[in-house]
Amino acid sequence: MLDVPTWEGHLAGQHVDVRLTAEDGYQAQRSYSIASAPQDRSVTLTVDRLDDGEVSPYLVDVLQPGDALELRGPIGRYFVWEESLGGPLALIAGGSGVVPFRSMLRHHAAIGSAVPVRLLYSARSLPEVIFHEELVRLGAREAVDVRVALSRAWPDDWNGHRGRIDREYLREAAWPASSGPLVYVCGPTSFVEAVADALIDLGHDTDRIRTERFGATGSGLPAPSASQGGT
Amino acid sequence: MEALDGNAIAGQLMEVFGGEMTTVTGRCAGCRRTWQMAELEVHTHAPGTVGRCRDCGVVLMVLVTARGVTCVHLPGLVDLGMPTAP
Ligand SMILES: Cc1cc2nc3c(=O)[nH]c(=O)nc-3n(C[C@H](O)[C@H](O)[C@H](O)COP(=O)(O)OP(=O)(O)OC[C@H]3O[C@@H](n4cnc5c(N)ncnc54)[C@H](O)[C@@H]3O)c2cc1C
Ligand SMILES: [Zn+2]
Repeated sequence: MLDVPTWEGHLAGQHVDVRLTAEDGYQAQRSYSIASAPQDRSVTLTVDRLDDGEVSPYLVDVLQPGDALELRGPIGRYFVWEESLGGPLALIAGGSGVVPFRSMLRHHAAIGSAVPVRLLYSARSLPEVIFHEELVRLGAREAVDVRVALSRAWPDDWNGHRGRIDREYLREAAWPASSGPLVYVCGPTSFVEAVADALIDLGHDTDRIRTERFGATGSGLPAPSASQGGT
Repeated sequence: MEALDGNAIAGQLMEVFGGEMTTVTGRCAGCRRTWQMAELEVHTHAPGTVGRCRDCGVVLMVLVTARGVTCVHLPGLVDLGMPTAP
């Protein structure tokens, strides 16, 4: 959670650039989506810790409440949802790609929107699901449907989707292409490309698919990445 | 490194062009397709930042920063629109 003195407000889906400067002047910069809604009082970022990453372990492990951060933003108009854009809305997330969608869903709730929205969220296992309770709560609203898919491990009684978000699952769970949904896809690059390709294959209009790639998230080693809310 | 897209360089573009660029359109000189800048295939680990056409791979944009000054080359981009208010 950040207290930004000169914040002028943001749109749901925007991000900020965070810059760290070491004592020797070396700088590293990364982008982080804003997890809070425009209506929330503070700006929240949610950082997934990559064990072998340069910046994310610092933000999750080292940064303490009260520390200062250099931020630039809010940034981006493309990966943004506002009610005037309408729907039906499909939000498709892999891993930390759910962060901008938490902002959109909180915004949707805050303005009492009736635009039908469906979140399809893929995580590797239950402990890796970010914002789970809150998403379930947001999903209890009339217009909102939240579906979590677990791709690697699931409890015996898991009644959500088991396995990847693939073409078959998209056909069944995303809105049919014929209903002309507005689709947002966000997460690791490989996830985004696979989902976008499948959607196009299912007949979705490329002009109605918006994508945001977070890059590589993990070296492929079976290292569980703990996620932690805010700073 | 896995490729990113134009969202990842939105902040850098904002600094260079003085406004929001992700929804600004430009056309690929190679295949003539029109893109919003957010849709480009972006590599940040090349020397400098490189934006390519997602269809034909032509290099549309190169950003190189040295001593705090960013130079922009738009080798394959035509009809680039104006930035919108930040
Ligand atoms: C628009 C946008 C929004 C984002 N929002 C969020 C968000 O809300 N939450 C979030 O957690 N993340 C988000 N990200 C991702 C974030 O910006 C960082 O990329 C992420 O935190 C990793 O940074 P890092 O410095 O820890 O890892 P890095 O050091 O950048 O490494 C990332 C991964 O790439 C691998 N890698 C590094 N260098 C190489 C190389 N040369 N060759 C091959 N592999 C390499 C590493 O092993 C690691 O697995 C967002 C990205 C973008 C573009
Ligand atoms: Zn092209």
